[in-house]
Amino acid sequence: MATAHSRAAARIMIAPATVLLLGWMLIPLCMTLYYSFQRYRLLTPDNRGWVGFRNYERFLTNPAFQDALINTLLLVLGVLVITVVLGVLLAILLDQPMFGQGIVRILVIAPFFVMPTVSALVWKNMFMNPVNGLFAYAFEAVGLQPYDFLSQAPLASIIGIVAWQWLPFATLILLTAIQSLNSEQMEAAEMDGAGPIQRFIYITLPHLGRAITVVILIQTIFLLSIFAEILVTTNGGPGTASTNLTYLVYAESLLSFDVGEGSAGGVVAIILANIVAIFLMRMIGKNLDA
Amino acid sequence: MARAITPRRKAFNTALAWLIGLAIFFPILWTFLTSFKTEATAIADPPVWFFFDWTTENYSVVQERSGYFRYFWNSVLISVGSTLLGLIIAVPAAWSMAFVPARRTKDILMWMLSTKMLPAVGVLVPIYLIFRDLGILDNVWGLVFVLMMINLPIIVWMLYTYFREIPGEILEAARMDGATLKSEILYVLAPMAVPGIASTVLLNIILAWNEAFWTLNLTAAQSAPLTAFIASYSSPEGLFYAKLSAASTMAIAPILVMGWFSQKQLVRGLTFGAVK
Repeated sequence: MATAHSRAAARIMIAPATVLLLGWMLIPLCMTLYYSFQRYRLLTPDNRGWVGFRNYERFLTNPAFQDALINTLLLVLGVLVITVVLGVLLAILLDQPMFGQGIVRILVIAPFFVMPTVSALVWKNMFMNPVNGLFAYAFEAVGLQPYDFLSQAPLASIIGIVAWQWLPFATLILLTAIQSLNSEQMEAAEMDGAGPIQRFIYITLPHLGRAITVVILIQTIFLLSIFAEILVTTNGGPGTASTNLTYLVYAESLLSFDVGEGSAGGVVAIILANIVAIFLMRMIGKNLDA
Repeated sequence: MARAITPRRKAFNTALAWLIGLAIFFPILWTFLTSFKTEATAIADPPVWFFFDWTTENYSVVQERSGYFRYFWNSVLISVGSTLLGLIIAVPAAWSMAFVPARRTKDILMWMLSTKMLPAVGVLVPIYLIFRDLGILDNVWGLVFVLMMINLPIIVWMLYTYFREIPGEILEAARMDGATLKSEILYVLAPMAVPGIASTVLLNIILAWNEAFWTLNLTAAQSAPLTAFIASYSSPEGLFYAKLSAASTMAIAPILVMGWFSQKQLVRGLTFGAVK
């Protein structure tokens, strides 16, 4: 039984974390909101004033915004499809009996620990470079013209790089989920004459449903904020071909020094992320009761 | 019981899995190999695999020209510092939520998690301006604070899920025997909490080490950690493949090793206990 004394102590112990997080969340959030209704450029800081919704109007009607919105969606969906589909297949494979399972698993999850700037630059220079990259050699070896991945298909190339980074995460979580699958159920299905594909569709997939949802939601949160990979490979270009929402807001605020419009963009990004967050929180919240 | 499986099937699984595993790992392996080549061998056509004159020259050049260890040290300070600071704040909070749950404990936990969903770019402008006005742009301690804040929800959550597995009856027994709050924590709880705390520390050092939004936007020459240092190779220096590889290898090696040790905790930490 918790005594009144320990309850008071408990409250004091929660306080620092709660107060810090509250401040960390509320203060910048209010400032972003405040700036988003102001004319505020860092190059002309004295010329400030209220402009109503004009920053939002400018940000939302900026052609770059529509490109960025589409690119963000393509980036998130592209990486999700690749990582979830390959992740499920890979997790099923890694769950099979084999020699050196532990080592294979270590190899597969390694990319997740590579910092984003390293993986982006290694892929950009050592693989995708049209002159000296390994892909250029490979293309040459089979008699094809070298392909300049990052200028001809910038978004697809970035999707590839990011998918390489996140495939380990999806695989690891799905593998964990598969390992909790009841093997007796599998055997029963097999004895009843269910083929491998039927077993996959009627037993494995439904069992993985929850894990797949978690993977999709958590990855979406991170993928909406992809930044470093774009910064070091394409700088959002050519033009806006690989600019996502995060990069656009960064460019508006820290490259064009337009605090007002950058803040309006920040608010838009928050709203979009929150739509995803609501679903994720429901999932996790349900699990907390169980 | 594992189901029976033919040797041929097992051989096939093994071959396929190793093939895919090596393909996924290949960019890291290639970076590692390239770091020991000369610049000329690094871009040789056709590519050279294992048989070349291995040299460690790139490593010394990277250190000499750009003072690699300064960045390395910044990364260590930022990742370890933010994790330890976060721990000091999170342990009491997680402890009390796990052992003295109140009516609103769940709400507080969920709210803490929700702060993690706030996209960084949404608060980039104010944080940047606050840092500028406080004069802590490009300051290691400023970054320690920021990374502590962004990882605090994960630290609290992970610790909470670990602490909750410690049976509360043991604490009651200790209290019956007249243990004070202090001795209860020190002699009863701490020994059982160590494994959970260790994995939390491990995962958070990894996350902070690889964080590449705030470290890129809030630093310049002085406090730049490895993420920012490597980003400076984006052009045109990145075309020196051997040196890029040496710098990259040193940047990822320590965290790769830590990561392999924390596979299990990773799942738990990153899914907030939703998948175990």
